Amino acid sequence: MDNKLIKICNLESRVEEEEILKGINLEVEKGEIHVIMGPNGSGKSTLANVLMGHPDYEITAGEVDFEGENINDLAVDKRAKKGIFLSFQYPQEIPGVTVENFLRTAKTSVTGENQSIFDFKFLLEEKMKMLDIDESYADRYLNKGFSGGEKKKNEILQMAVLEPKLAVLDETDSGLDVDATKTVAEGIKKLSSKDNSMIIITHHNQILDYLEPDYVHVLVEGKIVKSGGMELAREIEKNGYAEYKEDAEKLNTKTNC
Amino acid sequence: MADKTQVNDIDRSLYDQKNENIYKYKSQKGLTKEVIKEISKEKNEPKWMTEFRLKSLEIYKEKEVPDWGADISELDIDNIITYIRPDAELQNDWNDVPEDIKNTFDSLGIPEAEKKSLAGVGAQYDSEVVYHNLKKELVEQGVIYMDMENAVKEYEDIVKEHFMKLITPNDHKFAALHGAVWSGGSFVYVPAGIDVDIPLQSYFRLNAPGAGQFEHTLIILEEGADAHFIEGCSAPKYSVNNLHAGAVELFVGKKAKLRYSTIENWSRNMYNLNTKRAKVEEDGVIEWVSGSFGSRVSMLYPMSILNGERARAEFTGITFAAEGQYLDTGAQVIHAAPHTTSTVNARSIAKDGGQAYYRGLLKAAKNAHHSKASVSCESLMLDNDSISDTLPIMKLQTDDIDIGHEAKVGRISEEAIFYLMSRGISEEEAKAMIVRGFVEPIANELPLEYAVELNNLINLELEGTIG
Repeated sequence: MDNKLIKICNLESRVEEEEILKGINLEVEKGEIHVIMGPNGSGKSTLANVLMGHPDYEITAGEVDFEGENINDLAVDKRAKKGIFLSFQYPQEIPGVTVENFLRTAKTSVTGENQSIFDFKFLLEEKMKMLDIDESYADRYLNKGFSGGEKKKNEILQMAVLEPKLAVLDETDSGLDVDATKTVAEGIKKLSSKDNSMIIITHHNQILDYLEPDYVHVLVEGKIVKSGGMELAREIEKNGYAEYKEDAEKLNTKTNC
Repeated sequence: MADKTQVNDIDRSLYDQKNENIYKYKSQKGLTKEVIKEISKEKNEPKWMTEFRLKSLEIYKEKEVPDWGADISELDIDNIITYIRPDAELQNDWNDVPEDIKNTFDSLGIPEAEKKSLAGVGAQYDSEVVYHNLKKELVEQGVIYMDMENAVKEYEDIVKEHFMKLITPNDHKFAALHGAVWSGGSFVYVPAGIDVDIPLQSYFRLNAPGAGQFEHTLIILEEGADAHFIEGCSAPKYSVNNLHAGAVELFVGKKAKLRYSTIENWSRNMYNLNTKRAKVEEDGVIEWVSGSFGSRVSMLYPMSILNGERARAEFTGITFAAEGQYLDTGAQVIHAAPHTTSTVNARSIAKDGGQAYYRGLLKAAKNAHHSKASVSCESLMLDNDSISDTLPIMKLQTDDIDIGHEAKVGRISEEAIFYLMSRGISEEEAKAMIVRGFVEPIANELPLEYAVELNNLINLELEGTIG
């Protein structure tokens, strides 16, 4: 059986005429945790948005295959239905829409099955308990007046409820204090299983100590310049990205995939 | 590329049906003294009313058409037939209402609404009320709910004391026009201390081509009385421009409480130039709930005059303008006594090139010390072709008033749509969700059946097919 979940091949993308991704190659199998590190402006968030299908991010070359099917032109909501999830770096505030109503609607859309109010409440309470989120949050308006940490926790709650096959976490640990990072990381770890995969975009190693990723990739100037394991993350923590920046421009990442 | 959503317009087939016109009486086009006299004679009105009409006509001819707000230059007032009476005498039993009129009402849900224990139904078909009913127990308590024409004759003294005293013919051109040609409407009188615990509902609509509608609503609540009046409007669509210039006068006595709810859904050729005013005495409360969805042009600014100490006004309004609509709505509050309180909460939405404005006035007289006012108006535009804005005006003659004010204008955010879609929600549902969230504080204030209707209207407005 083919265990490949997503295959990104020679992916190039631009935003408002500016070339950001310049040939990304990445394969993720079921059950794997991949980490993408890189300096500011290297294209990490662009990659996350392209994978989710943001209309402002144009794919100019290359392919994204999900479970063997090309999804280059697939609408955002249909990607979600296929099992792709993006934890936003800056989650949107939606006044007037409660967390519970929103998540029940989303769960109905993603599964194609009506969610009974009672059963869903039960499910939501269970996930909230797991992530140490106060029950009162179910009745609050989505992200409205949430602190940075609460917003990030809420993203993980959404992931817990929607149970995606592939979760892309865009700097989910940024702006969190040590304790909040720990809670969020433990939540993510609980959700991680042999049936799902994660691409974690981060600046920090603290979250990685909890998650024990399988692969670490370094993204510089729109290209993955080096891949390895946790030792790569530790090296970057010590030495930064300087040495990769010099190589990035010359590097040809083009492959025959 | 991502799929695009086609947002269709509301399906108005339910509202836009019309019956064949069989009319007993049709006044000639244009307004003369003779026409006014005929109208009054036909109605068997007392002399003072005939004279009031004629005086209003004179004022109407002198007044200029307002040059602010919406463009109403295409409105041909001379061409509007002002008085049309359907071929049906006033009925108080549903079974006696003529079949074709009934069919129209049936599709608008009138009898069902009554079955759901509404206190009484006064349904205005063209200019006169054809159906009227009020539950027995209310009659026994001395509550009067009847059509305005008969009230002029049967309760002449009360009517004469209040009729067009809050809205006078001198106020503006369309108030004068109303004074001259008013026809139909509802009269409600609630004696002191009586609590009408079921809402009174009126439903009126226009049916004849070129027919203007000038219904007059007069509600009087004596000391400590409590009532909820629901006004619903819908009109079929015609090619001739239609004019609606009704008047609503509400007298809220000491410690009395009145809630006045409206959802207006006129057809898209209607000029809705309605005037509504409430005068509130000591410790009295007026609550306005107002939804404006239909019409080509609306200019509607319900006014609350807080006349007695500790009087209170609340206004909750929503306006939704689609293609070709110019909806200029808002609320006016006059703090004319100490310790008075007002809260205005308004939302306007514009899509497909529609224009929705909030225009409000907050006035505090010199003696309105220790008063409190709060205004919150927000606008949401669903695309780049639509225009929405808020124009709140304040005129304060005292410093001793606590004012909270918030105005926001914004476009629906692409990032918010992307966020919701990333959770599997379709573009159409994402937009509807954002709009429903935007009006949520308003929907909370509505009676349940209106909240449902509001939701349905929003869904219809945003309905589309995924390409």
